[in-house]
This record gives sequence, C-alpha cells and structure tokens, in this order.
Amino acid sequence: MRAFTQLDGLVAPLDRANVDTDAIIPKQFLKSIKRSGFGPNAFDEWRYLDRGEPGMDNSRRPANPDFVLNQARYQGASILLTRDNFGCGSSREHAPWALEDYGFRALVGTSFADIFYNNSFKNGLLPIKLPPAEIDALFAQVAATPGYRLKIDLAAQIVTRPDGKVLGFDVDPFRKECLLNGWDDIGLTLRHADEIKAFEAKRRIEQPWLFA
Amino acid sequence: MPQTLYDKLWQSHVVRTEADGTALLYIDRHLVHEVTSPQAFEGLKIAGRKPWRISSIVATADHNTPTDHWERGIEDPVSRQQVETLDANIREVGALAYFPFKDARQGIVHVVGPENGATLPGMTVVCGDSHTSTHGAFACLAHGIGTSEVEHVLATQCLLQKKMKSMLVRVDGKVGAGVTAKDIVLAIIGRIGTAGGTGYAIEFGGAAIRALSMEGRMTVCNMAIEAGARVGFVAVDDTTIDYLKGRSFSPTGEAWDRAVAHWRTLVSDAGAKFDAVVEIDAATIRPQVTWGTSPEMVVPVDGSVPAPEDFADPVKREGVTRALQYMGLTPRTPISEIAVDQVFIGSCTNSRIEDLREAAAVAKGRTKAVSVRRVLVVPGSGLVKQQAEAEGLDRIFVSAGFEWREPGCSMCLAMNADRLEPGERCASTSNRNFEGRQGNGGRTHLVSPAMAAAAAISGHFTDVRKFPRVS
Repeated sequence: MRAFTQLDGLVAPLDRANVDTDAIIPKQFLKSIKRSGFGPNAFDEWRYLDRGEPGMDNSRRPANPDFVLNQARYQGASILLTRDNFGCGSSREHAPWALEDYGFRALVGTSFADIFYNNSFKNGLLPIKLPPAEIDALFAQVAATPGYRLKIDLAAQIVTRPDGKVLGFDVDPFRKECLLNGWDDIGLTLRHADEIKAFEAKRRIEQPWLFA
Repeated sequence: MPQTLYDKLWQSHVVRTEADGTALLYIDRHLVHEVTSPQAFEGLKIAGRKPWRISSIVATADHNTPTDHWERGIEDPVSRQQVETLDANIREVGALAYFPFKDARQGIVHVVGPENGATLPGMTVVCGDSHTSTHGAFACLAHGIGTSEVEHVLATQCLLQKKMKSMLVRVDGKVGAGVTAKDIVLAIIGRIGTAGGTGYAIEFGGAAIRALSMEGRMTVCNMAIEAGARVGFVAVDDTTIDYLKGRSFSPTGEAWDRAVAHWRTLVSDAGAKFDAVVEIDAATIRPQVTWGTSPEMVVPVDGSVPAPEDFADPVKREGVTRALQYMGLTPRTPISEIAVDQVFIGSCTNSRIEDLREAAAVAKGRTKAVSVRRVLVVPGSGLVKQQAEAEGLDRIFVSAGFEWREPGCSMCLAMNADRLEPGERCASTSNRNFEGRQGNGGRTHLVSPAMAAAAAISGHFTDVRKFPRVS
C-alpha cells in the first residue's frame, strides 16, 4: 500500500449527501478482475452523458458539462470535499480504487459509511471527518476561491486552510500508523500467527461443529 | 455484569487487541462470490500466501449469472471471465462447499449459506458483500467486507475490527395483516435514516421480531446496512433452532445437542445496557414504499410523495429536490397513483420461499396489468426454486404473466442482462433504490413481495391490505 504522510492538494467539492458506492463506480465496471484502471469510470453516470460500458474509450465519450468534477477549475484535484454518509451502500472496494485511480488521495467530509471508510484506509486514501460547520465553511471557501487548496498532515492530524486556520481531526492510532508507513496489514497480522493458531485450537475443542 | 448479545459475540472471537482497541477477530465462516474475490485471490498468490483454513470457505457465483437460457452459458464475455476466475480459484484453493453456476444448489450467497446450514449461531461470518448482515438473523456477527479484507481473512482467518457501539431496535407489539418483515425494516430505516446505524451494531428485538420466521429475520438483518450498520442480528430462540435442524452443514447427534445448549446462551442478558435504544410500535407500521433514491426516503402506501419544503435542513432539501427530479415525481402525488413499468421479485432481501409464497398468494388467479412491461420472479437459489415448483408457485406466476427465472442476484444490481431502461419505473423487493442501481436511469421503489405482486397486477402501487385475494 502507498503510504500517506502529507498532502498539499487542490480541492474539488461534491455537494450532496449519501453519495453511494454505486454512484462512485457503477456495477458494470465491477466485472473486472483487476484492481486498477477504474479512475476513468469514477462517477460514470454523473460524469458522462452516455451509458458507460467496460472497454469503451472513455476519452471519446461525451462529458456532462454540469458535473462538478468536469469543470476546468477542478482538474487535477487530489482532495474531494464531501457531505454526510459518503460511500454508503455496497461494500465494493472498487469505489476507493476508482477514487484513488482518479487521483484523489484524501476525502474531507462530515461522515463516511463504515465499510467504505475502512476500505479507504486499505488503499492509501485518507478519509477525514470534520464537524458540519467546518465542512460548510470549506464548501463556501472552495466555491469562492478558484485554485483552493488544503494542506493535510497525517502525523500531526491537521488540515490547514489557505487562510492559515488549522483544523484537527481524529484517526485511529492503528490505522494512522499503517497508513503513515504504507504497511501491508496481512504481514502485520501474520506476526501473530501463533496466537491465531492457539485461539483456533481452543475453539476447535470447545465448538467442534464449527470446524466440520 | 449483564452482557449484550454483541458483547458475547465480540468477546468470544477476539484473538488479540492492540493498544487503541483494534482487535483481531477470528472468522468462522467466509462466504465468497465472483465479484469481490478475484483481486483477493490474486493478491494472495502474488504474496506467495496460502489460505489459512479452507474449510471455512463456502462459495457460489451469483452476481453475474444470467437468469434465463442457462443452456447458452454466460454470454457476456466479461461476466463469464469473472465467473470462470472464481471456478479456477476455488479449484486451486479448495472450499468446504462450492455451488458453481448451474449447480442445483447455486444461488445468492446470502440465501445459500443459511439454507445449507453453513451459517450457524455464534459464528463470525464475512463476505465481500455489504448484505452479509443477513446472517445476523442467526445470532451471527456477520460483516460485509472489502476485497482487501477478503484477502486478509483468506490469509489470516481474522478480521481487523474495532468494537462498535451497540443499538437495540425494539419492535414491540404485533404487525397488522399484510405487513411484512420488509415493511418493518423499511419503517426502521425511515425512522433512523440511512446513516442512523453508522458505527453501531444493531440488535433487532421485541415481540414483532420474535414473531418473524427466519426468512423474515433475514430480511430485516439484510437491510441493517441500509440503516448504516455493518452488522445487525437477532437473538437465538426456538425459531432459530427449528430452522437449522437437519440442514446439510448443521451438526448432528451429540454435537447437535452440545451446539444447541451453547446457542441458547446467544441472547442479550436481562438488564444489559445498549448505547442507543430505538422503540417502534409494530401496530403503527403500514406497508411501505420508497419514493426517492435512498432507502430512508420511504412512506406508507397510503401516503404521498413529500415536497422539498417539508425538510428544514438545506442539504436534505437539496437531496429531496434531486431525488424527485431523478424519480420523475411531483410532490404530493399519492403513492397509489404511481404507475410502474417493471416489477422485480427477488434479491438477497426477498427471494426466499416465504417471500415467493407471499407474492404468489397475491398473484393467484390474476394477471399482470397490460401496462406493466415485465415482471421478473427470481428465486434466491436452486433449492428455493425447487421448493417453489413443488408447491406450484411457478405455475401461479406464469399464469399471471410473470417470468419465472433461474436463481441469482439479477435486477437487484443489474450486473447481468436483467435491468431497467432509462426512465423505467420498478416496484422492487430488493434493498437499494440508488440512482442507476437497477440500470442506468432506472427508477426503483422498494416494497415487500406482496406489495410488488399487487403493483404488477394493478399497474400501480396499491395497498395490499385492501387487495382482494382469489382463493
């Protein structure tokens, strides 16, 4: 996994609540057996005017001029500003894969759905939760300021606005450590293989029907 | 100290805990399907790792499989490759059970697991699918997981997880005739919202939940995720134990007795404390219909479509405006005046035998409205299909002009050929009414199986409580 330490990135706003993972990456693209290449189909149904299918040349498809991420000022954005319950619905990890492949490294919003939040950390994508009033202020500032950027420092757990205001955020220490170091959590878990084996052996004796 | 069921399920699976509370949770059952597993198997192979415990794996192909013309195989080459990749991975790795495409026991993973007794009380169950919460109906701690976690569980038999807060949703009293498990869970989501359960493990309790069959409890737990909760569950009682007796992977003989004695402990202790409690009076629940693009956008069938000005919060108001536009609905339209183009009866929410019986009871002796283009009835598994045919339900559906299909996820998420066309409106027994969920531009209204059948016959939503039955 790619490590995340600091980021100074252009911010794109997606001003709607309950953005679900079907919207982030529609089902027809889930037929892929790869982890990469989902970026051109991120938000496919909002982003293009035609119906997207796997294997299409996305550069030739008609873009929806009304979709915010298609605006010139947000090209190259690496931070997505979101609203409540972002990433709800399906557990598809293709959603963070698509966002990461699109170029996003961090998401800043009021709340994220549990499975999506978890999946993001596994892919070097940092979801940051801030209070609603701060998110409202960020939406207003982004709208008013072309080229609006935020600085994110994971080690210090702070987001710094262009006007110098510093916003602190919470993150689980374990997740933070993994993300800062780009650690593969399977490797970490396997360091405890003996404990897992001992647990399993005990369970096998106590509830043998689970091991039939 | 009295413990909640969640405390018991959690504690009995913790292998170790990190300083910040992140735990390694031992996983008893790993359900696998073709969409979210290929990258996990590939990752395992690249890292040179082996699956930890093959006998924990139960696999089936469901999302991509067609629901008709099985003799033609899977015609979409991309879908076919994904299903064949699962075949190859299971062939290489092994599993306790694999129900491939066309197998007599193939079906939706969340239907197949329980009906084969592969889901047992007290288990931790995972699957790369958010509707894994379904298995909570058996007092399991059942988590939907992402593909990285599928790989993690394959390699380590554990899931990294922090303990959630606990919520009790207590539905007391008795539901009226024509009100089903689907209506109960939609009413719950309408009450607490799609993010109401975020960060919580939900226990569903109360007399109205106790009165449900296992099929009904699975419907309720299935949609816990639509309330934001990754896990939802119901305590063990006689209904649970009666359901499990004699299933393929259920224990037998002395092991059965030992298992039952243990299962009986899988209830919240009297006086156990929850972080949140939601109480709902079952008698107030009417048949539900969603009108918008989030499951929380739901009203009773005798209600009407709301207007943006009904909502004070500006973000919510904007969401309602957008949903009305997408759904092509005018505020204040009575729900019963909304006409449908297609009807879908199926999905891991409502494709079990009891669901099909409820739909058939409404469809019996009737014919679908001419204005309804297509009614799909998709059983949840080959075993459900067999049972339904043995009961003659298929003949009722076909006589009514409904299409009786092969099992699979089908138009719940439209990964196969079953989908809505842009602008088409559907009464669906599935779980998500998101934009484009059932096909680009499609408009989904979530309802119970009986309500879906009634809409198919009337051509529009209609209150199933007043719907005349042909005996």
